[in-house]
Parts: sequence; structure tokens; C-alpha cells
Amino acid sequence: MKVRARPYQPKARLLVLGGVLGLCAVALVGRAAQMQLFNKDFYQHQGNARFLREVPIATSRGMIVDRNGEPLAVSTPVESVWANPKELLQHPERLPELAQALGIPQDVLTQRIAQRSDKEFVYLRRHINPDDAEAVVARGIPGVYSQREFRRFYPHGEVMAHVLGYTNIDDRGQEGLELAFDSWLTGKPGAQRVIRDAHGRIVENVDLIRAAEPGRDLTLSIDRRIQYLAYRELKSALIANSATSGSIVVLDIPTGEVLAMVNQPSYNPNSRDAANPGTHRNRAVTDVVEPGSTIKSITVAAALEAGVDPNIIIQTSPGKMELAGHVISDVHDHGAVNLTQLLAVSSNIGATKLALGMSNDHFYDVLHRFGFGTSTGSGFPGESAGVLSQPRGWGTLEKATISYGYGLSVTPLQLAQAYATLANEGRLMTPTFIKGGGGTGKQVIDPAIAHNVLHMLESVTTPEGTAQKAAIVGYHVAGKTGTSRKYIVGGYDKRYIALFAGVVPLDHPKFAMVVVINDPTGRDYYGGLVSAPVFHNVMDGALRLMDVPPDHIEQWYTQAPATPAAVAAAAAANADANAAEDLPDAVSVPEAVAAPGAVPAPGAAPSANANGALR
Amino acid sequence: MSLRFFLFALMLLAVLGSAIGVVYARQQHRQAYVELTRLENERDELNMEFSRLQLEQATWSETNRIEQVATEKLGMKSPEGADMVVISP
Repeated sequence: MKVRARPYQPKARLLVLGGVLGLCAVALVGRAAQMQLFNKDFYQHQGNARFLREVPIATSRGMIVDRNGEPLAVSTPVESVWANPKELLQHPERLPELAQALGIPQDVLTQRIAQRSDKEFVYLRRHINPDDAEAVVARGIPGVYSQREFRRFYPHGEVMAHVLGYTNIDDRGQEGLELAFDSWLTGKPGAQRVIRDAHGRIVENVDLIRAAEPGRDLTLSIDRRIQYLAYRELKSALIANSATSGSIVVLDIPTGEVLAMVNQPSYNPNSRDAANPGTHRNRAVTDVVEPGSTIKSITVAAALEAGVDPNIIIQTSPGKMELAGHVISDVHDHGAVNLTQLLAVSSNIGATKLALGMSNDHFYDVLHRFGFGTSTGSGFPGESAGVLSQPRGWGTLEKATISYGYGLSVTPLQLAQAYATLANEGRLMTPTFIKGGGGTGKQVIDPAIAHNVLHMLESVTTPEGTAQKAAIVGYHVAGKTGTSRKYIVGGYDKRYIALFAGVVPLDHPKFAMVVVINDPTGRDYYGGLVSAPVFHNVMDGALRLMDVPPDHIEQWYTQAPATPAAVAAAAAANADANAAEDLPDAVSVPEAVAAPGAVPAPGAAPSANANGALR
Repeated sequence: MSLRFFLFALMLLAVLGSAIGVVYARQQHRQAYVELTRLENERDELNMEFSRLQLEQATWSETNRIEQVATEKLGMKSPEGADMVVISP
């Protein structure tokens, strides 16, 4: 009997077993090596992704301050309550409690969450007071969290609305300087890499990926006080003259900085209600008007540059003149006038005769050099370049109408720039909204001509001129009125635009100001009666605010006696004179004027807005 | 032999020492980091408080409000031509 075919060989078995185990070990080591050496990046990434997180570092938007450092736009933290619908929907019994805590109707909340049931994020309410948000989160409803966001507040409301613009709910600039300087103000949110535990708590900060760059502050050239004064006076002028809209621009002549720019109608930038979009427009830079007679000072400057004798006498009788089948007329027959009288009485015929003595190209060139027909380069979003057609197409009549302000369109800012140029010895400065942001300027006309025209313009505010109401006691004022008819399709309407452009004080020109009042429907519609008083009121205050010394002290002495004893003596004598002098009674402003929008109450500022909830 | 033993013991101690040093440094780092985070948060809170206060100040010092308080509560008014005296230098 065969017990064993082959003898038992322990050594061979051992070898086989050892070999098999060895192969297993090689396979394991090989696989480990493959993972560690060749696919390391992939696995490392997968591993890190399970506990490393990138967390953004929030930055707040920079402040906007006026030239004296007063805050005009400030971002303050608010909370936004959000929910994870997947978590929240596992506890539907708590929805009524949540709706009540948030102050939202329950069906709205339920519907909103049901719509997003497959998502992990839905805003419940945005931008609420941090204390209120904490109260909601403290109820411990699963899946309800809050996060910090920033909301922009404009303490001056309507007064600054057009210049500043506003931001959207994500704190990005939408209009105005908020838009123009968005990247400067925004800063760059940083990022850091952290290790988080299963509860989402940060265990360790591993490294900083990007340092947060906080938004930088922006210092504007606007002066809050002059801006408010301009706002108040424009608003009361609009009410007094039943006008539909208006703009004021105040420029600092030596630097080209915009000291004030207001428009009516305005809006409250703190509220995100869908207001009439027409009120959002910064009319002073986006809307064009025909400048009317205010252009005549440029016409005179162009004529002087073309070699016209400054002492020329122009015959304007009989106050009507036929040209290319049209009649150009003056309000009265002014007879023979010199250039100063031409500007003082604003003779259309005089301006026409000057224009007819110039070549098209020369007249265009001067207008163009004064900044008409090109954007001023202020950098304001949506700025209009105005309309000034090429001289090749000008006929005789067109040249004549342009000389007294029809057939070209300008923005109020362009007009202010042109008058500032005349006052700045012919040096055109680019208007800027940033303090110290003005350039070196560009000489556009001979300083002697600019000086000459400016001093002719002083006659406008004398009793012989069209704008006595623009005169300011103690200062020499140069200016020019304008009244243009509104152009409608098919011709000119019997509606008007009342303009005034002025410069003060003449000795060391400081302010250039333009007032445009659109469609005054009251008794008066002439620029000298509607817009010039606004110029007077604003400049009177601005000169005092900016400490500009009077350059016409003799006049002041005759107006105001210097000694207390004389004051009493002269009080009675001056009573009528003062009334006639139209001194502004700065304190008696209509109630409606003294309410620039609903500024949030200081303490409760961030809670005011329920709009944008559940967005 | 004794020299080798001595060196071995020394190395062992050095390794232990540096290991404890690492743990200590790590702990220090954590504590410092916690402190840093706390201070950063405090700074942010203070900055926010500051911006809130600035906003509040701006709201209170709004020109329109000052004008109303001056004219209505304090009975002030702007000086008119005859009330002013020019002092020439």
C-alpha cells in the first residue's frame, strides 16, 4: 500500500508560502510607493480638502469724506440672517417661530424655503441690526445662521446724493463717485487657510493666502457746508419759481476742484426704494442745455482774439436784424454799445455782429478750447460731452445763433469750467472731485483777453446790467445771465431755462458758479431774476465760509457803518436800502426745504431697512 | 563601552528634549495665535464701533439740523449787512 506518493517536504512548502507572502508584501509596498511617490499630489489634495478650508477675510468699504474730513458715506456692519434649507426643513415645526422672529409672513417664508429645498443657502433677511440678528440666531433653530455684511450710509442724504451715487446691496458702487472709484474704495478681501473640526470651528490657522487690503478712504473736493447751502437755495428757488428741475455747480477757480454740485429733484440714497429714476441723474454733468446768453462772454473773447478793438462801438439799433430769412431781436433797442454794454444788456444783435466778423474755424476753435463739445475729463460716470457741431457745416445763421447761445449744448459743469477759465487768466483746469486732484491746466487764451472780458462782465451785476440781484456787498462780482427757450421737437417752446454763470471775487477769483433752473413757470423766467438771486445767496455764504477777504471794502463801508454809534444812526436810514439790497435772510427757509431726505436716526441706523429682505 | 553608552544616553536625552521643545513651541504658537485672533477681532470691533460713532456724529452734526437748532431752539440768526464791521488790516 502506497502511503505517500511524494514525501512530505516542509522546506518546499515554507518556500512557497514565503514566496507568496513576499509577493504580497512587494505588491503592498509597490502600491504604497505608487500612492506616495507618483499620485502624491492627488491624495494630498483630497486629504486636505477634508479638513482644510479657505476662509475669506472680509474688508469694509472705505469712507468718503469731504475736503474737511467730514464723513459723507460710511459703511457700518450689519447682519444678514441666512438658512440652510436642508437642515431647516427637517424641523418644519419651528418655521412659525422663525417667521415670527424675523417678522416675515409665514407663508412667504415657507414658500421661499421650499423653492430652495435642494440648495444649501438662502438669505432670510439681509442687513438688519446686529442685535436683532443675534436674537434670531440665539433661538437655536437648526440651520439658521447669520453673517456679517456691510451697509452704506449717507448721513447727508439728498444733499450729496448725485455726487456720491450709491452702492447696491452687495456694497458695490452703482452710480456717481461710488462707481467711479469703486475699486479704490472696495479694497481686496483677503483669504486664509484654516483647519476646521467636524463642528466647523476653526482649529488652527495654517497660513495666510492673501492679506486683506482694506478699502481706502476717498477725500473729495466737495465742501459739505457750501454743498448744503447750494442745495437749500436751489430747492427754495425751484419752489419759488415753480420750476421742474435745476442744477448748481461751484468750482474752485485756482485748482478746478468741484466745491459743490447739487441737482433737483433729488432722492434719498439711504433708501433702496425704486424711486423715479429721473431723480438719480446728476444733471449737472449728464444733461445738456443751450447756454443762451451766457455764451456771449466767450463770443466776446473770441472776437478780441480775432483782433477786434476792445473799444469798438457796435450799432444795435433798431433792436431787430434780419439775417438769412430770420429775424434776430433784442429785448429793447439798445442803440450803439461798446463791448461792456453789449454784455451788460445782453444784446443778441451785438453778439451776432461780432460773430459775423470772425471765421467759422476761429469761432469754433475758441469755443472748443474753452471746453465746449468735449467731455471735461472730470471722470464722473455718464458725463456728457455736450453738442458743438463742426464749423464746416455752419451757415451764417448758425454761426449767429451760436454766438448768443443757441445751436450748441453744454453741461452746467462745462459752463462753470469755461467761466473758471476766464477768471483763471485763461488757464483751463480739468474739474476734479478729488481734493488735490486737479492737474496743472492748459493755457487756452491770452491772459490779457481773459482779464479784459472778466472785467467787462462786472457790469452785468451793476444797476445797468441784467443781474443786479447777483451783486454781493463788499465784493466785485462778474457774471452773465442767460435765458434760453427749451428746444422741443420741431422748434422752440414757450418754456425757458434760466441760467446764471458768475465769478467772485474779481481781484483774486476764487469761486465760479453756474445756476441752471429749468422751466420756471412763475411770474419771472429771466436768468437775472430767477438764477442770479440763487448765485447771490450761495456765494454770500460761501465767501464767508471760506474766509475770502472782501475786495470792495469801500462799498461795504458805505453799506455798513463801522462804529456801533453809527450803526444806530444809520439803521433807520439803511432800512429801505437794505430791503432793496435783497440781503438773504438765511434763516427763513421754507419747512419743505429743510428736510433733506430721511436720514436714519443715529442709534438705530442699521435697523431701518426692511427692503432687500428675502432677496 | 562606557563612552558609547554615555553618547547614546546623551542623544536620547537630546531627542527627548527637542521633542518636548517642539511640543512647547507648538503650544506657545497656539496660544499666541489665539491671542492674535482675539486682538484682531477686538480691533475690528473697535473699528466698527468707530465707524458707527462717526456716522452718528455726522448725522447729529448735519448742517440742516444745526441750522434748525440754532434758529428754533437758540434763537440765532445770520448777521445782516449793517450788523457786520469790516476791520481793515
